[in-house]
Amino acid sequence: MSPVLHVDDLKVTIGGNPVVDGVSFDVNEGEIVSIVGESGCGKSMTAFAVMDLLPKAARLAGGRIMLGDTDLRALSEAQRRNLRGNHLAMIFQEPVASLNPLMPIGRQIAESLIVHRKTQGRDPRLAAIAMLEEVGIPEPEIRAGQYPFELSGGMCQRAMIAMSLICRPRLLIADEPTTALDVTIQAQILDLMKRLRDETGAAILLITHDMGVVADMADRVAVMYAGRVIEQAPVDDIFARQEHPYTRLLLSTIPRLDGRPKVTLPSIEGMVPDIGQWPVGCRFNPRCPLADQPCIEAQPALAPRRDTGFAACWHSDRVETML
Amino acid sequence: MSAAASPPRPNPVRHSSIPWAVVPFGLILLALVLMAVFAPLIAPVDPSTQNLLARLKAPGTEARGVVYHLGSDELGRDVLSRVIYGARISLLVAFASVILSGIFGSILGMVAAFQRGWVETIIMRLVDIVLSVPAILLAIITVAVLGPSLYNVVIVLALTRWPRYARVAYGQTLSVANMPYVRLAKFMGAGWFRLLWRHVLPNIAGALIVVATLEFGLMVLFEAGLSFLGLGVQPPTASWGAMLSTGRNYVGNAWWIATFPGLALFLLVLSINLIGDHVRDRLDPRSR
Ligand SMILES: Nc1ncnc2c1ncn2[C@@H]1O[C@H](COP(=O)(O)OP(=O)(O)OP(=O)(O)O)[C@@H](O)[C@H]1O
Ligand SMILES: [Mg+2]
Repeated sequence: MSPVLHVDDLKVTIGGNPVVDGVSFDVNEGEIVSIVGESGCGKSMTAFAVMDLLPKAARLAGGRIMLGDTDLRALSEAQRRNLRGNHLAMIFQEPVASLNPLMPIGRQIAESLIVHRKTQGRDPRLAAIAMLEEVGIPEPEIRAGQYPFELSGGMCQRAMIAMSLICRPRLLIADEPTTALDVTIQAQILDLMKRLRDETGAAILLITHDMGVVADMADRVAVMYAGRVIEQAPVDDIFARQEHPYTRLLLSTIPRLDGRPKVTLPSIEGMVPDIGQWPVGCRFNPRCPLADQPCIEAQPALAPRRDTGFAACWHSDRVETML
Repeated sequence: MSAAASPPRPNPVRHSSIPWAVVPFGLILLALVLMAVFAPLIAPVDPSTQNLLARLKAPGTEARGVVYHLGSDELGRDVLSRVIYGARISLLVAFASVILSGIFGSILGMVAAFQRGWVETIIMRLVDIVLSVPAILLAIITVAVLGPSLYNVVIVLALTRWPRYARVAYGQTLSVANMPYVRLAKFMGAGWFRLLWRHVLPNIAGALIVVATLEFGLMVLFEAGLSFLGLGVQPPTASWGAMLSTGRNYVGNAWWIATFPGLALFLLVLSINLIGDHVRDRLDPRSR
């Protein structure tokens, strides 16, 4: 069976400079794939490219984006509009600002049903209430008539998830869905997403820079650095063994509850290079403790890891000896 | 689920106390509106009936069985009845022109901000052009072409005033269109009409209502001005502006002809503007 989302060699440029540079990954039905990486590495641009939401400054410069057997780039604007919100859905980072302040949330949730004429015999209002209940909002009949300012941030995020899922999309992209929420609410929302994945079989692409969220949620992980995927593997394998120094450093930044307590969390030295100023060779080389001559001269390609997955490092066998 | 169980926060918009300073003016406005609506029931006599034997009678005079409470004008018509009927013209013209120019200007402003590109350029340059033509000049030209009448006054006012709404709608739409909820609705597949009607318009309506209330007072004055110049409502229809215009010739010996319509005009515009200010203060989040 073909994957729900297949992205192949995706390239996005801003002002001629690449910000996403040859990214490839798949998301299968019922799978949660996580894209992680530091701020500015191109995670959101990857998601926006898939969702046809790139900002005006950005240009989709190449690659293939397949939703099932449909090539999204070959569709007309009208066909894509019909897919969005219907088969493709997205959850944004700012839950409160993403809801119309002057429209009751029940209406906003029903709106996508109406827009996509999926109401066949269903009362959109009742469908919205059922959906609110499904995402765990108590007293959904009352809440449906309320305005966003009457709801907490966590409830707004639940409402937005309800809005995204009411058409039963095949693919849900969540771009840092919980960064604006406090920790307990964050855990509830993540649980909710997992439960809905189990119930609807939707494929989820989860974008985050929080390795804790990844460990909790993802089936598979793609680590991005400076516009490229530099390592990709099932979540257990990548936590067990890293073949790219950046992944290893990223993982060492999450606190561990086992063994001796870590007093300070290490952070990775240096900064993600600005777009247009990526170094030649491996883009991580200025910050990499293992960097030597080959790393400065040529960019390593993704190669199979020893177990499963892929990594792009000249010294993948030495990564385990770091730290 | 502590968040879910917490009671809804109080609504900052609905929560308010009664604005006592504005209430009297609200009552004045209400009285003037009722006066206009029920003019035939309230006016003691027909406003157009002339009585050349009872010309320029002072307020309170009785002549041939008719009491002229506010005096009579140069043709012996009852000033009180004419002031009462004049309210109809003022309010009707102001209301119709505000509605017309408001709808027209708001649509153009929203479309300009939403479409951008050449549509935006054409609409907003047109706004600049219309705003730079003096309203009185445009009124004279229009009346010269169409002839003076009540409807043409409304058309002139609508043609000259829509750019105010267009500018406000344009600026507000530009900022609202970039809000995440509009982008999300667009992403979810909403077409441009649904986006403008359901998501943009409700969120810019407050600003447009503020413009409309302030414009309303101006429109009352404009109609009076045009009628004063003879470009508006034609005799024998009673209009405050036209009454001021003829009354001006008799200020020396019959002050009441111009004074009472002037007073009515003053009260109407004052109460509308004060209410408009109040509405603006209530709707503008920056002034809270
Ligand atoms: N509208 C824009 N115009 C110009 N450059 C942009 C724009 N949006 C993002 N960029 C640049 O594109 C690059 C990739 O941005 P992107 O938003 O994909 O990063 P990200 O990985 O999602 O980061 P974050 O974790 O901060 O969300 C960054 O260098 C950013 O500065
Ligand atoms: Mg981002």
